[in-house]
Amino acid sequence: MADTEATTTPHPLLPSLPDLGGPRQPLLTVRGLSRHFALKSAAWFGAGGRAVVRAVDGIDFDILKRETLGVVGESGCGKSTTARLLMQLIEPDQGELVFDGQTVGSRSLPLREYRRQVQMVFQDSYASLNPRMTIEDSIAFGPRVHGLPARAATTRARDLLARVGLEPARFAGRYPHELSGGQRQRVNIARALALEPRLLILDEAVSALDKSVEAQVLNLLQDLQREFDLTYLFISHDLDVVRYISDRVLVMYLGQLIEIGSAQRLFDQPLHPYTQALLQSRPSTDPNHRTESAPLAGDPPNPVNPPSGCRFHTRCAQAQAVCSARMPTLVEHGNGSRVACLAYEPDTGYRANGSGLIMKEPIHG
Amino acid sequence: MAETVQEAVPLASAPAAWVKLDDLHVDFVAPGQAKVVHAVRGVDLAVAPGETVALIGESGSGKSVTLRALMRLHAPRTTRMRGRITIAGRDVLALSGRELSAMRGGTVAMIFQEPLSVFDPVYTVGQQIIETVRRHKPMSYAQARQRALTLFEQVRIPSPERRLDAYPHEMSGGMRQRAMIALALAGEPTLLLADEPTTALDATVQIQILLLLRELQSALGLSIIFVTHDIGAATEVADRMAVMYAGQIVEQGPAAQLLAQPRHPYTQALLNSRRHGAMTKGRRLDTLAGSPPDLSQTVAGCAFAQRCVHAIPACTGAPPPMQTLTAGYTVRCIRLEAMAAEIDAHRCIDSDTATVATG
Repeated sequence: MADTEATTTPHPLLPSLPDLGGPRQPLLTVRGLSRHFALKSAAWFGAGGRAVVRAVDGIDFDILKRETLGVVGESGCGKSTTARLLMQLIEPDQGELVFDGQTVGSRSLPLREYRRQVQMVFQDSYASLNPRMTIEDSIAFGPRVHGLPARAATTRARDLLARVGLEPARFAGRYPHELSGGQRQRVNIARALALEPRLLILDEAVSALDKSVEAQVLNLLQDLQREFDLTYLFISHDLDVVRYISDRVLVMYLGQLIEIGSAQRLFDQPLHPYTQALLQSRPSTDPNHRTESAPLAGDPPNPVNPPSGCRFHTRCAQAQAVCSARMPTLVEHGNGSRVACLAYEPDTGYRANGSGLIMKEPIHG
Repeated sequence: MAETVQEAVPLASAPAAWVKLDDLHVDFVAPGQAKVVHAVRGVDLAVAPGETVALIGESGSGKSVTLRALMRLHAPRTTRMRGRITIAGRDVLALSGRELSAMRGGTVAMIFQEPLSVFDPVYTVGQQIIETVRRHKPMSYAQARQRALTLFEQVRIPSPERRLDAYPHEMSGGMRQRAMIALALAGEPTLLLADEPTTALDATVQIQILLLLRELQSALGLSIIFVTHDIGAATEVADRMAVMYAGQIVEQGPAAQLLAQPRHPYTQALLNSRRHGAMTKGRRLDTLAGSPPDLSQTVAGCAFAQRCVHAIPACTGAPPPMQTLTAGYTVRCIRLEAMAAEIDAHRCIDSDTATVATG
């Protein structure tokens, strides 16, 4: 509203955001990103010393221009914390973000400019919208904050509503509770696009939708990606959807990145034992060939006190003694794939047995 | 269980059906308002002892409302129910308050999506299970604790003795889900109602819980009604499947048959979205245009007609009757023969592409 006096600037749109480094340069480079949350009442639990949740514990990856990078993992693995760190909604303890060659937060790319280029869509479509604003106002809010005149912002909002399949004449004046879940998620997508971002973080954005609505929104996301040259970071627990929409996929376990590679390779030939188990955990599609035994037992361990060495060794069928002592590093494994497992790392003391099958040894913590 | 059956007034219903719904209607009325939502509009369902039936549908299809109606969990003040619910030979809608409480937990138990809302946070999980055990069968505290321990072993909770003394928040998600199943089994029910019990779980935990349910079902001879929107989860547990749309069952039959050859256009659309090859990178997803009808309005004819690619004018005329295809397989659609002819025409083309794709 404060912008109404400042409308003398004649620009119809915000200044466009140029592609700086060319197509080969990653859009976003993430280096050593960490975030630990201190537990307030740690002393009460007799933990001794300060207990921290290692939500994200030193991850490195690149998001390439115009790709869709899928992120999978179980609850508590740090997917959503990673998303919030990338969006700078929470501050990292350590690590660096480089956006198209410029360090985020530096003088060349201040946070405010960065946030225009990176937008986010959340799972809960209702909680994401202000219930007291019409959807048109919600979409126009961001551009106005960034200096677009009110009238131009409203026009932009209406254009975007039309673009995401909501007829402006019918929907612009409605409040969030007057829309269905699928329609609200379209509004959230329109709002995210209002600042012409280059990277869209979709954190379980379609997970709460019914299958038929989910398909519509996935189609829409793909259309928008082509039309606006967008890059997506697509976080989901639904492996089928991730496989469908992603070019590359990243797998997280207890705050660490354990495998990354092209979607096709990762789903056809998963390298990490956890990725293998995760993919095998999908329910059968054939009632005559149901799953006979669960690939993994128990729940993921608590990220407050993660297991030593490889964090997966407590549930891994292929774990050996060395796995509890030595932390694997993310190593190249052909064709842009990287995996963090001692079985793929040379000279670690992990003895590969020919069959590649289970060889359990007593684990001494 | 044997006593309950003896006490019960024998009814004319088929003896094989342990649970039977006849033309069940559930309407919700807001107090002081004229608006009535017809959430369930004539559901017929029969479940045999030891059988698992999955009720599948999208949000608002009436699957959870149907499930809750079986235990009369809807607030009487705002709910109107018609039709007949028979469980173990007893007419549920005619039960007195006292009879109803004996049935809840005793004959019929329910598990939910969110175990944290089932357990009271200020008591240990063991205390709550012991209380339930003693509520249904008079026994000493020590005996009841022993029984609770057995239940925990049955649902495969590791170090069960120690876990009995844990508070709900001290357990992990999968463990809480197991504890909730143990709680449901405390009254030795013969019918287990499951309302999306694995939806909130991680993939690696979900499959464990589905396998546990299957195991318990065969060990205890439970009948299970499993409500879900996840066809994968249903495939792992169900003997039969019933697909719901707009408050009605539109297709019902043995799981293998229904999944292999869905007959109703809605089931086809629902299953096609996840069929092998439907989600191929770069290929647009098949979508279903439109949305389900507003159930506060009267639906003339077939509720799916507006969105159906096979619809003809007759579809919006009269409500389609349930048609029996083979014994135990029913479909609510008047276009079955016409569609079957179309499918035959397409089949040769489809099989050609299928061999190319797999080869």
